[in-house]
Amino acid sequence: MAIPIAYNFRNLWTRRLTTILTVSGMALVVFVFASILMLAGGLQKTLVETGSYDNLVFLRKGSSSEVVSGVTRQQASILETFPEIAMGPRGQKLLSKEVVVLIALTKKGSDKPSNVVLRGIDENSLLLRSQVRLVEGRLPRMGSTEVIAGMSIVQKFKDIGVDETLCCGMRDWRIVGVFDAGNTGFNSEIWGDADQFMQAFRRNGYSSVIFKLQDSSEFQNVKSRIESDPRLTVEAKRETRYYADQSEIMAKFLRILGISLTIIFSIGAIIGAMITMYSAVANRTAEIGTLRALGFKRRDILIAFLLESLFLGFLGGLVGLFFASFMQLITISTMNFQTFSELAFSFSLNFNIITMGMVFALVMGLVGGVLPAIRASRMIIVDALRAV
Amino acid sequence: MLILKVLFRSAFRNKLRTSLTILGITIAILAFGLLRTLISAWYAGVEASSATRLVTRNSVSIVFPLPHFYKNKIQQVNGVKTVSYGTWFGGVYGDEKNFFANFAVEPRSFLELYPEFIIPPDGKEAFLKDQKGCVIGKKLAAKFGWKIGDIITLKGTIFLGNWDFVVRAIYLGRDKDTDESQFFFHWDYLNEIVKKSLSGWADQVGYYIIGVARPELAGDVAVAIDQIFKNSLAETLTETEKAFQQGFIAMSGAIVTAIQIVSFVVIFIIMAVVANTMAMTTRERIGEYAILKTLGFGGGHITALIFGESLVITIMGCLLGVVLTFPATKILSHELGTYFPVFNIGRETLLLNLVAALTIAFVSAIIPTRRAIKIRIADGLRRIG
Repeated sequence: MAIPIAYNFRNLWTRRLTTILTVSGMALVVFVFASILMLAGGLQKTLVETGSYDNLVFLRKGSSSEVVSGVTRQQASILETFPEIAMGPRGQKLLSKEVVVLIALTKKGSDKPSNVVLRGIDENSLLLRSQVRLVEGRLPRMGSTEVIAGMSIVQKFKDIGVDETLCCGMRDWRIVGVFDAGNTGFNSEIWGDADQFMQAFRRNGYSSVIFKLQDSSEFQNVKSRIESDPRLTVEAKRETRYYADQSEIMAKFLRILGISLTIIFSIGAIIGAMITMYSAVANRTAEIGTLRALGFKRRDILIAFLLESLFLGFLGGLVGLFFASFMQLITISTMNFQTFSELAFSFSLNFNIITMGMVFALVMGLVGGVLPAIRASRMIIVDALRAV
Repeated sequence: MLILKVLFRSAFRNKLRTSLTILGITIAILAFGLLRTLISAWYAGVEASSATRLVTRNSVSIVFPLPHFYKNKIQQVNGVKTVSYGTWFGGVYGDEKNFFANFAVEPRSFLELYPEFIIPPDGKEAFLKDQKGCVIGKKLAAKFGWKIGDIITLKGTIFLGNWDFVVRAIYLGRDKDTDESQFFFHWDYLNEIVKKSLSGWADQVGYYIIGVARPELAGDVAVAIDQIFKNSLAETLTETEKAFQQGFIAMSGAIVTAIQIVSFVVIFIIMAVVANTMAMTTRERIGEYAILKTLGFGGGHITALIFGESLVITIMGCLLGVVLTFPATKILSHELGTYFPVFNIGRETLLLNLVAALTIAFVSAIIPTRRAIKIRIADGLRRIG
């Protein structure tokens, strides 16, 4: 027969202060663990959702991002002749030639300049990016110096909003609308007419060409055609792949940081749990003796103490995850090392992270409780009873 | 002396628990020290910047170039002593993972403006003479095993193609925070090839570095330079080297803040652990405190005993942690050397460690002490276990 679980609960309640301290230590560890996973997850989610699987991005060979890439007008028109391009609603080819430059804008709060992507678009760009929705104002007219700004830029940067003007490239760019691109990198960009940008920033080529495949499986055809054409010094990537590559270094940095921190912290928390459980065992020597005398097996006692420490871990995990879930309200806007430009992303909690956090908390409880529980179960009845 | 002995004896009454607690503190202090060191590594560029150097870049953003002819105009500004310029080359050696900073610079003025890069005279001569020559930092040379005379091929990511360089000199850092992992070569070499292939980038430089005669002049000179190029095709933004470096950090400010917060969270975690230990010891010994009270010792004595015991435990953990920080930093700087070339444990970090340990000791002793003082003698004596 097993020892009633109520015994463990009442014991934890009796030593409230110790229980609270142990649980809060574990909760903090779980909180940090979950937060960092949420951050890395949020970053990846943002960049994966930025791309569409059927869209192909063409960059100059060897360029890792649009900022350093260059596609000449001639190359762009060769790409335009490809038969694999999907057709738009008005019978046009769904291909856009874009130019990307970085401009420095002042951030709210810190008042420091940060690099923002200025993307020159053409009329097909919006059709290729179905995530983009206009939330305020209107779309820019092509051939004018009107631009629209992403939500994150409006929220995080100074003097950005409808009817404000940006000043760079010796021109004034009027912001006529604000767009929301959900959880994507486009939210941290400003869009305007590509031809206007090229003139203003004296670019004689595009940065990238994007088109949508008619049939997803034709990627290989496109790839081999490009490789066999000596005029095309470009590289094709699926848009999803392109954006995933851009988060690589940052995600790796977050992961290394997260894992090393969590390991260090969890050692602290395991020690905390161990101290608690050892003292729980030491304080209850006589009780353990009594339980044994009543006929409970060594195994029952081992299980009882393990359960108690697992329960401590469970409570810690619950509290930690509870607080971590509030982190979802926070959006971080920082520089992506690889593109050298601003990117906003938020902490995102998913079922996977909840499971991992909980498993982690239970493991901490278990590891902390194993040695003390073994000690408790090994006690000799007579000695234990005499301990009072 | 006797009191110290009492403190040690009572701290180590439960050897297992105390050792575990000390281990916990050691780890926390170690983590705290490492995180602070990581943050200071982030700021190494700011620390290393000079008050007499200004940086001029394109006002639109750093990725836009400035024309080469600006040099002569800047030279004419009052208070300007030396003008140098350079371009971020962005070359990679073999794989992108082997990242290091590489710049094309105007060699003569560059060496003049950066006295913290120490180069032997013959190496300097050899570097200046050879247009394909490069100067590399000591750490960089050690990392790839490069020697003087070696030919290095970098793959350009901005300026396409394979670029060959000959190592002509290896520089040493004058100060502790000088970055010894950079790579410099002749801007003329870059420009000549660019002229042939990428005409858009010909006769363009990434930034100007300006040496002013006296630090007080920096502000006026910066304004004067920006004034010259106002309303031109490439407007400039001039700031002190420090502000320029800080601008880079500000861009990734969110991450620095996160690390800062986390470094304090670790202190909280360990505070919970130590407070727990102290709560347990006092609970176990409530009867003894009652006896001490019966003997006539006051609340002050008991407070001193509990605080002293907490101090003994945390200080021991703190010392161990500090000692371990040094080898751990070495490992970390080896692992993260690509991202952070300068890794030093600052005196401030050590001081913060000590402050953290003292805070832990005091905060965690407060609640148990209150309990021990408040308990009435009769209740304390009656309690068992």
